[in-house]
Amino acid sequence: MSPLLQVADVSVSYGKVEAVRSVSLEVREREIVTVIGANGAGKTTLLSAVMGILPLKGSVQFCGENIVRQDIEDRVADGLSLVPEHRELFATMTVEDNLELGAFRIAKSVAAQSQERVYGLFPRLKERRKQLAGTLSGGEQQMLAMGRALMGAPKLLMLDEPSLGLAPIIVADIFRIVTELRAAGVSVLLVEQNAKAALEIADRAYVMELGEFVLNGPAAEIAKNEAVAASYLGFSHG
Amino acid sequence: MNTTILLFLLQDGVTNGAIYALLGLALVLVFAVTRVILIPQGEFITYGALTYATLSTGGVPGTAGLALVMGIVAFGFDLFAMRKAFHGGKLLRAALVDIVFPAIVFALAMTLAPHKPGVAVSIALSLAIVAAIGLFLYRIAFQPLAHTSVLVLLIASVGCHLALQGFGLVFFGAEGLRGPSLSDASLNLGQLMFTGQSLAVYGITVALMLALWLFFGFTRFGKALRATAVNRLGARLVGIRTSLSGQIAFLLASVIGAISGILIVPITTLYYDTGFLIGLKGFVAAIIGGLISYPLTAVAAIVVGIVESFSSFYASNYKEVIVFTLILPVLVLRSLAAPAVEEEKD
Amino acid sequence: MTRLLPVVVFTVVMAALPLIPGMPPFWIVLLDNIGLAALVAMGLVLLTGVGGLTSFGQAAFVGFGAYTTAYLTTVYGLSPWLTLPASLIVAGLAAVVLGLMTVRLSGHYLPLGTIAWGIALFYLFSKLDFLGRNDGISRVPPLSVGSVQMYDPSTIYFVIWAMVIISALLTMNLLDSRVGRAIRALRRGHVAAEAFGVQTARSKLLVFIYAAVLAGLSGWLYAHFQRNVNPTPFGPQAGIEYLFIAVVGGAGYVWGGVLGAAIVVILKEVLQSYLPLLFGGQGQLEIIVFGILLVILLQLAPAGVWPWLSGLIPLKLRRSHASSAEALPPRARVASSSGPLLKVDRARKQFGGVVAVNDVSFEVNAAEVVALIGPNGAGKSTTFNLITGILTTTGGRIEVHGQPVDNTPPQEVVKLGIARTFQHVKLVPDMTVLENVAIGAHLRGRSGALGSMLRLDRADEAKLLAEAAKQIERVGLGAEIDQLAGSLSLGQQRIVEIARALCADPELLMLDEPAAGLRHMEKQRLAALLRQLRDGGMSVLLVEHDMGFVMDLADRIVVLDFGTRIAEGTPAAIKTNPEVIKAYLGALA
Repeated sequence: MSPLLQVADVSVSYGKVEAVRSVSLEVREREIVTVIGANGAGKTTLLSAVMGILPLKGSVQFCGENIVRQDIEDRVADGLSLVPEHRELFATMTVEDNLELGAFRIAKSVAAQSQERVYGLFPRLKERRKQLAGTLSGGEQQMLAMGRALMGAPKLLMLDEPSLGLAPIIVADIFRIVTELRAAGVSVLLVEQNAKAALEIADRAYVMELGEFVLNGPAAEIAKNEAVAASYLGFSHG
Repeated sequence: MNTTILLFLLQDGVTNGAIYALLGLALVLVFAVTRVILIPQGEFITYGALTYATLSTGGVPGTAGLALVMGIVAFGFDLFAMRKAFHGGKLLRAALVDIVFPAIVFALAMTLAPHKPGVAVSIALSLAIVAAIGLFLYRIAFQPLAHTSVLVLLIASVGCHLALQGFGLVFFGAEGLRGPSLSDASLNLGQLMFTGQSLAVYGITVALMLALWLFFGFTRFGKALRATAVNRLGARLVGIRTSLSGQIAFLLASVIGAISGILIVPITTLYYDTGFLIGLKGFVAAIIGGLISYPLTAVAAIVVGIVESFSSFYASNYKEVIVFTLILPVLVLRSLAAPAVEEEKD
Repeated sequence: MTRLLPVVVFTVVMAALPLIPGMPPFWIVLLDNIGLAALVAMGLVLLTGVGGLTSFGQAAFVGFGAYTTAYLTTVYGLSPWLTLPASLIVAGLAAVVLGLMTVRLSGHYLPLGTIAWGIALFYLFSKLDFLGRNDGISRVPPLSVGSVQMYDPSTIYFVIWAMVIISALLTMNLLDSRVGRAIRALRRGHVAAEAFGVQTARSKLLVFIYAAVLAGLSGWLYAHFQRNVNPTPFGPQAGIEYLFIAVVGGAGYVWGGVLGAAIVVILKEVLQSYLPLLFGGQGQLEIIVFGILLVILLQLAPAGVWPWLSGLIPLKLRRSHASSAEALPPRARVASSSGPLLKVDRARKQFGGVVAVNDVSFEVNAAEVVALIGPNGAGKSTTFNLITGILTTTGGRIEVHGQPVDNTPPQEVVKLGIARTFQHVKLVPDMTVLENVAIGAHLRGRSGALGSMLRLDRADEAKLLAEAAKQIERVGLGAEIDQLAGSLSLGQQRIVEIARALCADPELLMLDEPAAGLRHMEKQRLAALLRQLRDGGMSVLLVEHDMGFVMDLADRIVVLDFGTRIAEGTPAAIKTNPEVIKAYLGALA
């Protein structure tokens, strides 16, 4: 069976500057794949290009179909969803409205079920459903951003630095939910700087440096790699 | 100053202010959703008013033909956009909206106009015609520029204003027109005399605002429009097409403009170029409202109307100077209140 | 002077045009009108295209210029040459008043504000009795030199185009100077420019006045060209038209203004004279076609015609860098006191309910490299912004050489010898590396706007550029000195920011993630450079995620987590601190 997402030989440029240089990656069904790397390595650029926010060179297949020429909106309708680094919530609208809009492209009856499921995953959102998104705490905003993406019942959820600026206990919570999503049949492409945490839940990992993948393999193996440990896992214990 | 004059001026100001409020709301809506500062709003007003006036005298307004031509051009744009990824459903939708809709409206106008249709039919036709023009205007002029700066959009907006005003002169001539009033009833309340028309202005303004409130607060499309205004990228990421939001915003704005025109034309004679100035006053209100806040815009519009009516009584020569200078203290206050340093996103 | 060659050619061509035998007088009138519009558009190029301030109100300034001379020459019988300064001053003063009110407005408020006062002034012109209300002022005397009275469009032509060419030269000189760089940096936001001492509000007001004075000049010429003045050409429509002349020509380019004026004036003329022939006498057809053509043009070339044209003719002007200029004098240092260079004492920053920096304290001593580390979002960049005055503190104290700097504007902080780089690179992408770096030395130059326009700034300018070139060499980007900053890789752009900061001759260099996006070798070179700077007596405070880089370089490390300082010490001590390990590895560790 072909992988859910297949990125082949993709390059992304800002003007003359190539921020991502011919990278290839795949995400299979029910898999958590993580891309780790330093700030400025090109991780966010890669996700933005896969989502269609930035133009790219190369091929991106989703569910066996080349989606390079599709608009963002059509990719969403096809089941590809991105939770961006800055979350991009509708700050002056309520939590409930944000979630409702997450289901913009699916039928209302299905949306109701989605909402139950999201509230089940994030009970905090249910408590705050009448509150404006902009007034939520950082962790709650991250939950809302993920909840909003899940409302559209995506096949693949792409998360850009979900741990950014969050307390460790909340990060743990969010990563636990990511593993639950895999169990529920959603694949996840996780871009993280918090490499240690990401490698613990991921099935496979890619290490990105200066716009290129320098290493990839099963997450457990990557975690043991000494070069990775020195660069990304903070203070190696050795 | 005696109370009669005071009350009269207030009433006059509130009537005008109500119309400015509608226009201001439409401007805020369009700007928030599309970043276009809608200079052609004035043309929506005149087109609505003069189409209505022409229809009720039994003439076929040129705007009906313009809507059809613009629809055909818009269809061409849609076809061109589909050259890379052809999609049958989209093609059908485009044909229905771009060709069939304006063609039906055009045919109705051609057949009904000679029979001097009643007020209701004339209004319905006028609204349909102007709505189509507004929708296609976005498709043709602004959608291809959606990624550019506010400045470029603004200049394009001016270009549209010029072209549409020129068409206005071709369709309606340099002579002014008046339309039949919506109601001839009148109501006396103490010293105040309300004409049926001014009651209609209040009633329709309130009803329209209520309808907009319901639309934005409770419907999926209304919320999608708000979402586009709040966060364009966020909206795209949940699958809301910004081009669709833009088309809806323009559609709403053109209908609101046309309604304002139809409300005014029984009160004052409108010329092909009057709309520009009326639109600008809605604009003053929108600026005072900061281009964001709907309630503030509505209140500001009433204030603009009242200031206008009082200054036309006391200093009629300087009426426009006063109305447009009204913005300056507001802008100064805003700039004083604005934080001295930009806060950057971390 | 290769820079001037195209201008000289242009001048010769323009001077020869009316002398061509058989030149229809009507064409000369057209050229006169182009020149008048070009002056206004040139001001808009500086204001809108370069400075990023959109104004719809320029027609009102033309009106100020025209009415001033019309009134003074008809009522007091003054000579037009005497009223020229008066026209310019009135337009300039009007710009000061309106500018103080509107220039500080951000984003779209500014253009909207200008529409409003543009309309108000138009109505004012048409209602004031002493300006002749709607009829205006007629019988304005023509310009005269000696006994030659310039009634004829082909004589005033020379005055108009001389003014256009002189204005273009002055404008180009202004842009190519210390003040010009400050103006060109405006469009990219205030933060970076202000961090190097640019008074952005003053720069904005300056371009606003400059544009108004050019408009006033056009008005003065207009009054003596038409010889009567009425409100119509100064209304909102005209204001809008000037702006799109600038946009059509190419709002970022001085000659784009001239080209745009030519395109629009000629297009209108052609439409006006030929459309009725094609379609019979239908009124206002030209306006319709004009409007439609405008929209089409914007869709095809949103940046204007000039950049599109100059893209067709690949003409590269190379600058020579004569670095023989004498060196800039170093900044006066505070006599080394006993205390630390930088002292952060329980600094606090709250955004609403969120505490981004929670009573953080640390010090940086002279000739010391201190690293600030912590997970993303720990408050490191916010701490930087508090120190450099970009953000105001909610509490606590920050001192440089014992002098409090919290809540001091960034322009003052840099004067104390603190220069920084930014996590999100803040260069002006369409300026060269050299020009970007020279902004760092802004406070070390003296030349003002007038001096720059007249090229009296060359000695000062040469020193600034030589200093910039020196710092570029020092960081190892000498080969890229003439490249546009936007064309460099992100890593190189970060290094350009370091060169810019060094140009300020700092005692404390603050670097926000300098190594991000650098290759291994480049990181080593950077580390070597920073060590060398420290050995030369400079202090460095840096935020960095690359632990290898930090551990090798830093003398001391301060660890933040959640806005709170959780540890401080030598690299060796930090590596083994259990609390740090926990914060870095998260709860999952």
